[in-house]
This record gives sequence, structure tokens and C-alpha cells, in this order.
Amino acid sequence: MSLAQHLPALQVVLPLISAPLAVLSRRAGLAFLIVTAAAWTAFAIAIALWLQVDLSGPVSYPIGNWEPPWGIEYRLDRLNSFMLVLVSGMAAIVLPYSRASIEREIPQESHYLFYAMLGLCLTGLLGMSITGDAFNLFVFLEISSLSTYVLIAMGRDRRALTAAYQYLIMGSIGATFIVIGIGFLYLMTGTLNLADMVDRVARIENSRPGLAALAFITVGVSLKVALAPLHQWLPNAYTYAPSSVSAFLAATATKVALYALIRFYFTVFGDAFLFEKLPLPKMMLVLSLFAMFFANFIAIFQDNLKRLFAYSSIGQIGYITLGLSFDSVDGVAASIMHLFNHGVAKGAIFLLIGAIVARLTTRQAAPPAPGFDRIAGLAKSMPWTCFGIVIGGLSLIGVPGTAGFISKWYLVLAAVDKGQWWLVGAILFSSLLAVAYVWRFVEAAYFRAPPAGREAFGEASLFLLIPAWLLVGATLWFGIDTSFTVGSAIEAAQQLVHSHQ
Amino acid sequence: MNVEELILAALVLPIVGALGIVVANRSPNVREGVTLVTAVAVFACVVQLVAPVLAGSTPLVSLVEPLPGLPVAFRVEPLGMLFGLVASGLWIVNSIYSIGYMRGNNEKNQTRFYVCFALSIAAALGIAFSANLLTLFLFYEILTLITYPLVTHAGTDKAKHGGRVYLGILMGTSMLFLLPAIIYTWHVAGTVDFRPGGILPAGLAPVSVTVLLALFMFGIGKAALMPFHRWLPAAMVAPTPVSALLHAVAVVKAGVFSVVKVVVYVFGSSILAGTTQWLIAIAGFTILAASVVALNADNFKRRLAYSTVSQLSYIVLAAAVLAPLSTVGAALHIVSHALGKITLFFAAGAIYTAAHKTEISQFDGIGRRMPWTMTAFTIGALSIIGIPPFIGFVSKWYIMSGAFSAGMLSVAAVFMLSTLLNAAYLLPIVHRAFFRPPRHDDHHGHDGHHGEAPLPIVIAICITAAGTLVASLFPDVLIGLAQRIGTGGAI
Repeated sequence: MSLAQHLPALQVVLPLISAPLAVLSRRAGLAFLIVTAAAWTAFAIAIALWLQVDLSGPVSYPIGNWEPPWGIEYRLDRLNSFMLVLVSGMAAIVLPYSRASIEREIPQESHYLFYAMLGLCLTGLLGMSITGDAFNLFVFLEISSLSTYVLIAMGRDRRALTAAYQYLIMGSIGATFIVIGIGFLYLMTGTLNLADMVDRVARIENSRPGLAALAFITVGVSLKVALAPLHQWLPNAYTYAPSSVSAFLAATATKVALYALIRFYFTVFGDAFLFEKLPLPKMMLVLSLFAMFFANFIAIFQDNLKRLFAYSSIGQIGYITLGLSFDSVDGVAASIMHLFNHGVAKGAIFLLIGAIVARLTTRQAAPPAPGFDRIAGLAKSMPWTCFGIVIGGLSLIGVPGTAGFISKWYLVLAAVDKGQWWLVGAILFSSLLAVAYVWRFVEAAYFRAPPAGREAFGEASLFLLIPAWLLVGATLWFGIDTSFTVGSAIEAAQQLVHSHQ
Repeated sequence: MNVEELILAALVLPIVGALGIVVANRSPNVREGVTLVTAVAVFACVVQLVAPVLAGSTPLVSLVEPLPGLPVAFRVEPLGMLFGLVASGLWIVNSIYSIGYMRGNNEKNQTRFYVCFALSIAAALGIAFSANLLTLFLFYEILTLITYPLVTHAGTDKAKHGGRVYLGILMGTSMLFLLPAIIYTWHVAGTVDFRPGGILPAGLAPVSVTVLLALFMFGIGKAALMPFHRWLPAAMVAPTPVSALLHAVAVVKAGVFSVVKVVVYVFGSSILAGTTQWLIAIAGFTILAASVVALNADNFKRRLAYSTVSQLSYIVLAAAVLAPLSTVGAALHIVSHALGKITLFFAAGAIYTAAHKTEISQFDGIGRRMPWTMTAFTIGALSIIGIPPFIGFVSKWYIMSGAFSAGMLSVAAVFMLSTLLNAAYLLPIVHRAFFRPPRHDDHHGHDGHHGEAPLPIVIAICITAAGTLVASLFPDVLIGLAQRIGTGGAI
């Protein structure tokens, strides 16, 4: 076999190896180089795999040449090849940013551990996306979760420890539920291979253990997704984690969990059963609406920018699950493209907030919270940073010309298609809540006078600004040229949604 | 350049100009030079499009396809041509005026002002030339966002509040009503292109047509149909050149342009027949109610703002009458109101710059100190009222003829009454300015010692005032374009 055929394995193995190498190097600079190289290679591999799936259809890769369903299978289709591009792309952008960003956020002596953890986190998320094996998915989920707890705890604010602990407890409960659900499925079907499970689940899914498995997986994955009301861990985690970690998590972690949800719902259990025989669509609809209104509303009243946009993330997750609940090609496609579009925009925003925090931080004290009083009048000294946040915010609102508009278009179209006019109103009205919190930032940064006693400082360093603006540019790019996002999402949705074919 | 290149040039040049303005930040003279040169170049491009459009061609330029089957595309047809001429032509005059105003008042952040101004012209032209609802919506929202820094230019709490109302209403209506209207149109028609005769399927239930029309009419908040008109008076906090941009050059004109465009090219008169009564009623109410408010306003700009609210509903009403003649009138009124109202706002800014007066009750005898300004103001007022030989008379003539041809006497009565109200709130200002002796108990610092406004302001105001006359004496091109609206031609 040539090297090209091993790309699915290399996709996960390279970041995995980079982590221990980073630890062994024990030097920040070297660790940075190793993990960054791994992330960029992973990004290149992801693009190659996406092209391969695009040209010649799904790819199956037996790990260690053990034939599936006995061995672990890596299986790539439209949906997860798209996820791989998102996850590895975000890592490739966040890592170079981290170098300058953690300078004052994390003690120098543990920088190399930070890179190792980021490499592990990337490994876990890529593995969750690529694997076609239920138990393997759980293992990678744990790899990503455990490394995430460490990454959050590295924040210099002491509250980062409680945030990490909170997430540890919630995340472990979630992981336990998932493994119990997978256990039930294994018990009933005798297989762990997701593709192999499909036919067998169809025979048992209406049994009590089948439904119990579904319930455990739903709750467990929803915890990782931070679907309201299981979102409590998220605001603290995003607020107190180091800036680059917030950006990476916001753009990828909840998105990969959503991917797992889509995988279990649409591939394994099948939407024909879930969405027509069970009250699941109604349940998801209610929870989604709750997230859209409650979290977006709470976001308006936050004083800390990181926390504000964390709540905004919870609200945006509501749009994604709302699209799933429609169980139509347009609706599911809207969800899949919003995974990507929101990930890019929110990543950009958190990177830029990180740039603000870096300017506000002094060597001695812990990084101050980017509150509205502290950022007052900031647009004068940091015009590019503030303008980038505004563009990201416009994408959250769904202004045409930004990526957010594209997903909103499909989501509303799906609601119109279902004849649900009140939902059209709900989607659009909740997006106006985003106007409120984005404009709180605009008014503070552009209209208020800088607080007395704040030292004058200039624009953020280019090491922070360039990665962030790459994402800002992507937010605009994917609002205009959508052949990649819309194309992938529609085709993935067509593969997933069966009941209407 | 061929026609397609001209269209792109007209859209790209203001953006290039904006970059030039940023580069020339340090040298105000170069910066303003860039603005003027760009404005003239854009106007030259737009003017060259007139002949092909009059000859019946409707050139199309398609850029990218953000959504499958939904490109960002531009097509120049007669209505868009008229709006394009207004926006690009008045940009030149407004730039001349801005130089006098911004320097005369020592405004801050002038570079930002000129950049946003140039970009909003690009957005307005994008709206004018849009070939489908998606493109129109894209540039409609861009125009809202890019004018926001202009409205809040002063940066005070009052400006911030005005900006909130401005953005809240314009973005709220467009997101809540206009976007679902567009998506629903796409859903039932399978296209959102503008086509003569409309695109909606003939079998659409009258209830759906009515709901869709309501979503469009209230969704286009820039047309300031009551009850979504409050952003316009709130935006009065902006510097006067911005008010001129909002009221004459781009923003409200983009609103009423979109209204006419949607009525003619998305609905078409056949599917709307019999469903526009409520719209006529609301527009008629807006005309009269806003005039009454204007009558009682002492603040000059506020009076003009409510006058605009009233005049915009002329156009909405004329479109809702659905008669061919009234559509011609609606299109002409976009031009005539632009010329007339920009003159009035220029006068407001001139008085503010020279005399620092904002209330009408302070205007006693000001016509003697500022003869050019107030003469131009008088001409603009006469045009707005609709007195020959000014362009306001021509457009009103067509609108009234359309109402009569459709047998809508009540509509004609609204226009008659409104003409009286226009006269009642505009002519007393003229009377005050010219026939009352100046008051000397003026507690302002400038008591009586001011003269005429700075030269660029006077030049600009004279050009627009002369424009109301010239457009009426040589209306062939304007009427020719207006009569071709919706006729199909080669679309």
C-alpha cells in the first residue's frame, strides 16, 4: 500500500505522536514546532481526504488490516470529511496564534505541556470524526475531553480550576452515559462497527434496551454538545480557559459532539424511526427554541466579553439542533453548514478577544476579564481587532455577505418548507437578540471614552492578528463563495436523510 | 468600455475611491480631491448606461453564486437607471457641499466620513442595479450598516441613541419581514429574479399575496411607511451632508426604489389587482399624518424629516395604485423629491454652518443675510409643493393622472390635501426668512453678524436648486426612462 492509502490513519496518528514528542522535547519552542507541524500536516491530509471523498465516494480504512466489522474501521463520507477539514483547519490557525497568546497567560515552564495537550485534544476530535467504530469513538471522546480539562485548568485565573472541575464532572457524566448507551447497543446487536450496526439496530431499536441506549446516548452527547439546559459547564469553561483554548473549543469541541449526535441519530438509528415514531423532533424543537431564546437573551446582559460570546454559542447550538429536528435535506444541511460557519465566526471572535486580553494583561497579575468597562473606547487603539469582532458578530446575526447568512437562509427555507411560519418568526426574532449583544460591544468599543488610568497601547501583535483575520476573512469568504460549505452540507444531508427519499 | 464593464466600474470605483481616501488621510485637500474625482468618474460611468437602456437593452452582469441558483447579479433596467442617476449625480453635489460643511463646522473624523460616504454610494448603486432580490437584500443591509457610522458621527450619547433607533428599526424590519418575504418568494416562485410582469405564480391565493405584500412593504423599512418611520427623525442627529445622503441621495430612495421594484417586477399589476387597498390606506394615512407632525415641528431638520416621511409615501401610494401612469409618477418622484429635498437639507446645513440656528422660530429675516441659500430653499420648497415649472410638479402630475385613470378619487383627494399641507409647513419658513425683520435679541454668539454660508455650500445648493428647474424643462430622458419601467423591453 502506498502512503496515500494510509492517509486516514495518518490523520489521527500524526497529531497523536506529536503530543508525546512535545513532552519529550521539554522545550516550548520545539514543542510548538512539532505540534504545529502535525496540525498543518493534519490539515493538508484532511483536505486530501475531502477531495478523495468528493471524487470517488466514501473511503473505508481497516486499522491494522483487521477487516471490519471485527477490526476498527475508519470510514469517511461527506459529513465527516467536512468535519475533519473544520477541526484540523482550526487547529492549524489556533496553534500559531497560541505562541504569542499564551506568553502571559500560562507560566513559561508549562508551555510545552500546553502544546502536548492541544495536540492530544486535536487527536481526540479528529479521531471522533473519522472513526467508524462506536467504542473507538468513546475512546477518542475521552482523549479530547481529558486534554480539554487540562487545557482549561491552565488558565491563570484561579477560577479556571473550578471551571475545569465543573466541566470534568459534567463531561464525565456525559461520557459515562455515552459508554452505557454504546454498551446497550453492543449487547443488543453484537457489533461495535457503526455501519454494521445500522441493519441490526433496525431490528431492536423499538425494544426497551434499544430505547434506553438511545436515551443514554442522547443525554450523554447533549452534555458534550452543551445543548440547553445541559450547558452549565460551557460559559465558565470558555471564560476562564486561555484565550486560544476558548477559540479552539468554541470552534470545534461542541461541533464534533454535534457530529456524533448526527451520526448516531441519522446513520445508526435512522431518521425514519427517530423522527417519525418517537416524540424526538418535538423534544429537540423545544430544547432548541429554549437555547435560541434563553441563551441569546442571557448573553445580552453579560459583562465579560468571553462569557457573552459563550452564551451566544449556546444559542447558536440551538439553531443547529433546530435544523436537525426538521429532518429534511434543507434543515439538516442548514445544521451541517452552520456547524462550520458558526465555528469559523466564533473562532475568529474568541481569537480577537484573546488579542484584547493580551493587551490588557500585565506580567504580574492574572489576565483581567475583558469587561465592558475595560474595553470602552478600544476601537481607537485596536481598530483591526474591534472591526474583526464586529464582522464576526455580523455573521452571528446572519447579515448577508457573511457565512451566517447562508445557514440562516437554509434554516428559514426549511421552516417555510414545513409550513411552520411561527418558527420562521422565532428564528429571525432570536437572531435580532444577537444584534443586541453585538451592538453592546460596538457601542462600548466605538462610543465610550476609554477609562481613566488605562495605559495607552496599540494594535495587537501581528502574530495574533493574522490568524484571527484569516478566520474573519473566511467568515466573509464563505458568505460569498459557498461551493465548499453548501455543496458538502447538501450532499451530506442527502446521504443522511432517508425518510423523504 | 462595454456596458458590462461600465456597470462593474460604477460599483467598484467608489470602493477604490474609499481606499484612496484612506491613503490620503493626512492631506485633506488631496482627500477631498479623490472624493470629487471618484464621484465624477462614477457619474460618467452611470450616464453612459443611459443610451443603451433607452434603446431597450438591459445588460446583465453575474458575479458569484452564494446560493445555488441565486447569483449576486446586476441588471440595469429603466427604474434602476433612474435611481443610479440620482445617487451618483447627487454624490458629486453632496461632496462639494460636504467640503464646505465639514470644514466650516470643524467636524472630527472626516476621513471616516468620506470613506463611509463613498461606500454607501457603492451600496446604493448595488441596490439600483440589482438583478434579483438576494442582491438587493445584500446591498440593502450593507447600506444600513455602512451609514450607521455616519448617523452616529458625532459620537455623543444622543448620536448613539439615534443610531440605536436607526439600526434597530432598519435591521429589525429587514430581518423580520423582508428576509422571510424573499425566502417565501423563492419557495413559491423558484426564482427571485426581477422580471417584468412579476414572478409569482398566477395561482397564488389572494391571502398569501396580501401577506407577502405586507411583509415586503413593512420589511423595506427604508421606505418609512408608518409605523416604521421613526428611524428617520432619529437619524437627524447626523451632520447635514449625512441627512442629505439619507433623505435624498441613497437611503430612503433605496427604500422607495425597492418598493416600486418589488411591486412592478416581483408582483406585477395583474396578481396585485384588488389586494392593495390597505396599502393605499396606510400610505395615505402616512402622507397626511406626517405632514401634520411636520406642521408642528419647530426644529428645522425635524420638520424636513417628517416631510420626507410624507413624500416617501407618495411613491408607495403611487406604486400601490398600479396604474401605468402612476408608476411613471412614482419613478419620477424619486428623482424630483431627491432634487427638492436635498436643496432643503443643504439650506438647513448652510444656516447651521453660517448662523448656528436650528429652530425655525429663529429664522426671522435670515433671507437678507443669506440670499442665495434662502432663494434656493424657496425653489426647493416650491418644487416639493408641486408648483410648475419645477420637477415636483411633473411627478405629481403623473401620479395624479394615474390616480384619476384608475378612478381613485379619494387618492387624488389625499394628494390635493397633502399639497396644501406641504405649502402650509414650507412657505411660512420662506415668509419668515424674507419678510420678517431680523430679531436682535438673539442670544446666540453669532447675533446678526453672520453672512452667507461658505462658498462650496452655496455652489452645491445652487446646483440642486437649478436642477429642479432643469429637470423639469428637459424631462425627456427622465420620462423616457420612467415610461419604459416594467414594459419588458428585452428583459
